Amino acid sequence: MKFTINDEVIDLTLDPRMSLLDLLRERLHLTGTKKGCDQGACGACTVLVDGERINSCLALAVQYEGCAITTIEGLGTAGDLHELQRAFIEHDGFQCGYCTPGQICSAVGMAGEIRRGVPSAVTGDLETDAIDLSHDELRERMSGNLCRCGAHNGIVQAIQETFAPKAKP
Amino acid sequence: MNPFDYARAGDAAEAIRLAGGRADAKYLGGGTNLVDLMREGIEHPTHLIDVSRLSHEIAARDDGSVLLGAAAKNTAVAADPVVRERFPMLTRAIVAGASGQIRNMATVAGNMLQRTRCLYFYDDAARCNKRTPGAGCDAMEGFNRFHAILGGSDACVATHPSDMCVALAALDAVVHLQGPQGARSIPFAELHRLPGGRPDVETELGTGELIVAVELPPLAAARHSTYRKVRDRSSYAFALVSIAAALEVGADGKVADVRLALGGVGTKPWRALAAEAVLRGAAATEETFRKAAEVELQPAVGLSDNGFKIELAKRTIVHTLASLCPGVRT
Repeated sequence: MKFTINDEVIDLTLDPRMSLLDLLRERLHLTGTKKGCDQGACGACTVLVDGERINSCLALAVQYEGCAITTIEGLGTAGDLHELQRAFIEHDGFQCGYCTPGQICSAVGMAGEIRRGVPSAVTGDLETDAIDLSHDELRERMSGNLCRCGAHNGIVQAIQETFAPKAKP
Repeated sequence: MNPFDYARAGDAAEAIRLAGGRADAKYLGGGTNLVDLMREGIEHPTHLIDVSRLSHEIAARDDGSVLLGAAAKNTAVAADPVVRERFPMLTRAIVAGASGQIRNMATVAGNMLQRTRCLYFYDDAARCNKRTPGAGCDAMEGFNRFHAILGGSDACVATHPSDMCVALAALDAVVHLQGPQGARSIPFAELHRLPGGRPDVETELGTGELIVAVELPPLAAARHSTYRKVRDRSSYAFALVSIAAALEVGADGKVADVRLALGGVGTKPWRALAAEAVLRGAAATEETFRKAAEVELQPAVGLSDNGFKIELAKRTIVHTLASLCPGVRT
């Protein structure tokens, strides 16, 4: 069964019960992606599949055969951080760091949704595709990622600086 | 999680063949509910037929209708320009539910067939007639703040959790099915059953029957529609009360057309036909909206913790209808 994970083609057999999260962590040792609640409530396991953010804990890995999966390890490395990772450091967007890979993958996926004009629960006009990443839009769109340290203010600032540098706070 | 056989279907006919008429086979969409239930030991299918790669098409037709492929993702439906223009309540309902990640995974049919989030259904140490027919119900005397005030029975008061389905109920959606006995279509309102004495039997689907598409019939009033959701926190929470409403007011100030459905309060997505009957042809005023709400909630039954939903539902109906009617302030 083939997957493309962080631009690398991987061929392996697996138990159909295995979640995409467990495949990443337990079989491929890509431990950047975290297991929080394991039931889709916290967002720590967020990865990108063909550019779209999903909860890898709720995903059976077999369903994603042939897909391109990007984890935090594929977005940046210690020597070459993603610009959003740099912004998280700059704005104290984390304390313990456990939710951070999920926050970052989720924000990258969210930025794509904004670019495509996907509306949210706080979008006023459904006829427009031009959505400003305002404070309210950002908080609504990131509500699937929890931070129990309470670093949300720094997280919001980091995401806004990276994806909407001109938006009003 | 119990072992199961996994197979991916290329089309509906293959899916039905792979399911083989087995009662313990399940179709798998995005997995956001079913995988969780399997991990919790509530669902234990022996065969999973992956139907997530069936039709994703969202087809806008010239007659004003839209056909949603059963495997279309919730995000794709919400973002579709024609859905936003013709049926804004559906977009609003979908984006009011779950999180961005889950909406990217969840399919149209999977959303419709998701199970209740009643805590006693999820807790295998509790009694639950939906999980184990005849076992009893611990919600009745337990923590039932989130439970239904409409459509309940002595056996079950679990709510249907979907937001999207509330819009589908209001829009008179039609569900296209295929199964071992062939194809058929049923009104969305007939898809989900009231619990009665058998809360474990939740839908009209026969063994092996598969939802292949959902049709949104043309409805001029739906262009002027919305969805209002009231919940304990402002995002990523299930509804205490939600309202899908479409309202068309004539030049004479009277209600020319209306569709109304309620979420968070019913054991199934709750079409408010009694309220619609009061509204249709009546003056579009706050008094009329309140009267319609009173009539719809007249049969409501509150338990120890959820009685507040009765007044909350009435007020949310009035407020939501007023928001579609610029002359009426609440």
